[in-house]
Amino acid sequence: MIISRQAFLRLSGCSFLAGAARKLKAALAPARWAMVVDPAACARQPNCTKCITACHQAHNVPSISDSRREIHWIAKEPFDRAFPGQEDEYSRERIAPAMVLCNHCDNPPCVRVCPVQATFKREDGIVGMDFHRCIGCRYCMAACPYGSRSFNWQDPRPFIHNPNPDFPTRTKGVVEKCTFCSERLGTGRAPACVEACPEKALTFGNLADPSSPVRQLLASRRHIRRRPELGTGPNVYYLL
Amino acid sequence: MFMIEKAIPRTRAYTLWLAGLAAVILAGVACYLRQLSQGLAITGLSRDVTWGLYIAQFTFLVGVAASAVMVVLPYYLHHTKAFARITILGEFLAISAVTMCMLFIFVDMGQPTRVLNVMLYPTPHSIMFWDMVSLGGYLLLNATIALVTLRAEREETAPPRWIKPVIILSIPWAVSIHTVTAFLYSGLPGRPLWLTAILAPRFLASAFASGPALLILLCLVIARLTSKPVPREAVDKLGVIVTYATAVSVFFVLMEFFTAFYSGIPDHTESLRYMFFGLEGHAPLVPWMWLSMLLGAGSLVLLLVPRWRRNDTLLAAACAMVFFSLWIDKGIGLIVAAFVPSPLGAVTEYAPTLPEAAISLGIWALGALILTFLYKIALSVRSGSLLESVK
Repeated sequence: MIISRQAFLRLSGCSFLAGAARKLKAALAPARWAMVVDPAACARQPNCTKCITACHQAHNVPSISDSRREIHWIAKEPFDRAFPGQEDEYSRERIAPAMVLCNHCDNPPCVRVCPVQATFKREDGIVGMDFHRCIGCRYCMAACPYGSRSFNWQDPRPFIHNPNPDFPTRTKGVVEKCTFCSERLGTGRAPACVEACPEKALTFGNLADPSSPVRQLLASRRHIRRRPELGTGPNVYYLL
Repeated sequence: MFMIEKAIPRTRAYTLWLAGLAAVILAGVACYLRQLSQGLAITGLSRDVTWGLYIAQFTFLVGVAASAVMVVLPYYLHHTKAFARITILGEFLAISAVTMCMLFIFVDMGQPTRVLNVMLYPTPHSIMFWDMVSLGGYLLLNATIALVTLRAEREETAPPRWIKPVIILSIPWAVSIHTVTAFLYSGLPGRPLWLTAILAPRFLASAFASGPALLILLCLVIARLTSKPVPREAVDKLGVIVTYATAVSVFFVLMEFFTAFYSGIPDHTESLRYMFFGLEGHAPLVPWMWLSMLLGAGSLVLLLVPRWRRNDTLLAAACAMVFFSLWIDKGIGLIVAAFVPSPLGAVTEYAPTLPEAAISLGIWALGALILTFLYKIALSVRSGSLLESVK
């Protein structure tokens, strides 16, 4: 087949443009942030709480010893607590505890019920919190089927021992929870808990990108989510 | 302008009553000031049980407010003459109850200074937004209707024609306030105790029992205080309404039991077991819930026999039992138990603290004060014979 120089140039120009357009589309397409938790890897260091410490240090989460007033963004829970209804007599021996945090649901009940949009779904899938708009009605806490939200029953500041100046502290009377470290993602860093884990048990990434580590893990390993039957579409996955 | 001067005390007993209420209100205000400075930590609420006495009182009082429809509907739609004189009592009761509802929501807020955010950022996908709309609208409707009809009565003229459609509108509106309040709870995926389609019907049935029961008690009290005869026909008719509504309410509760325990699905039985039998050794609600059941069943026995129902003493006892039974059911059990067990399976106990109870009592006292003023005004307009029926 003979092709003229002009036709060749036109064709290659078009294909170059098409390729660039595809790249651009992928770059502009909103990310879908998700986390994959590997409880077996986590269990290799049974007493480790490095992810919790890192998260709570980064976000000025107060350390309140009274469990009734406690605030946490990420916690370690036994299998039967994290996955109620899926436990049996032997599951505690067989299955490792799981790190639980906000699931950043596709269809979050907390966002649905908030009367002032102080909690909201971002373009990239993160369920965000506006601490300055929250009226403290705690409707989101009644709505969340995962117990992922905490309320400031009192002024949290006396309980923050080493405050991080780069993140706001909260006032009494507002709700708070994990934000998937949206403030770090903006600067290209992984969430604090992911960075802190010595066993690489937490993997964070973009579900919209087929080559992302989270997609590869989910393609190759069996996994479950917490209470998917409720239709919330949780974005934290647990490897089996 | 609103005939406020009619509520000025002239007798010693009335002055004492007002002073007593004022003292309870002031104690509530003092405790609320403490809550404002220290946060909701002064309550018995916790990470797992995030709603308690305040929200439960709100829920119960929405029912009392909605029950005004049980006198308005027969009078305006069926021309039930017996209710001609007591319709205003029902409307005034609604005004006082809705005011208490709003205050209970307000004192439950962690950041009360941001309350206007609800209007600054109206959010139609939140049921709480619709609850604000329906409660606010209901207050406005009842205040308008009561004041316009009462003024017409004072001036011995017919009420203006435009008030009739407003009254008709208040009927479905009354149903809506308690339906929307039930939707606050019954649309949440993680609270199986509330996740039941019968919650709104159940709320309405218990409302139409507890509200008219309170109205009967108020009628009997007013008759005694003003040394006038009990408005026989109106009280008898209200008694029938309370009987039917209590029976339906008890029936609905039993239906919840059947579905939960026959299916045996843990999610649906756990909260009920916590209420009636205790869970993992925690049983703080058990005596309350059985007392509620006993009072409900006992009142039904008294109400179902016409001869007993027409006896004022027995009727008063039955009405007090209905009111207290449903107050336990909605004003304690239903709200708290939905948080037990928590989504992570924890059983956390909740008991209101002293300041929390004082704040709640203060709001109840304020409601009683509003009701006293409003009834006093109506009484003076009718020159002392508040309850006598129109011949």
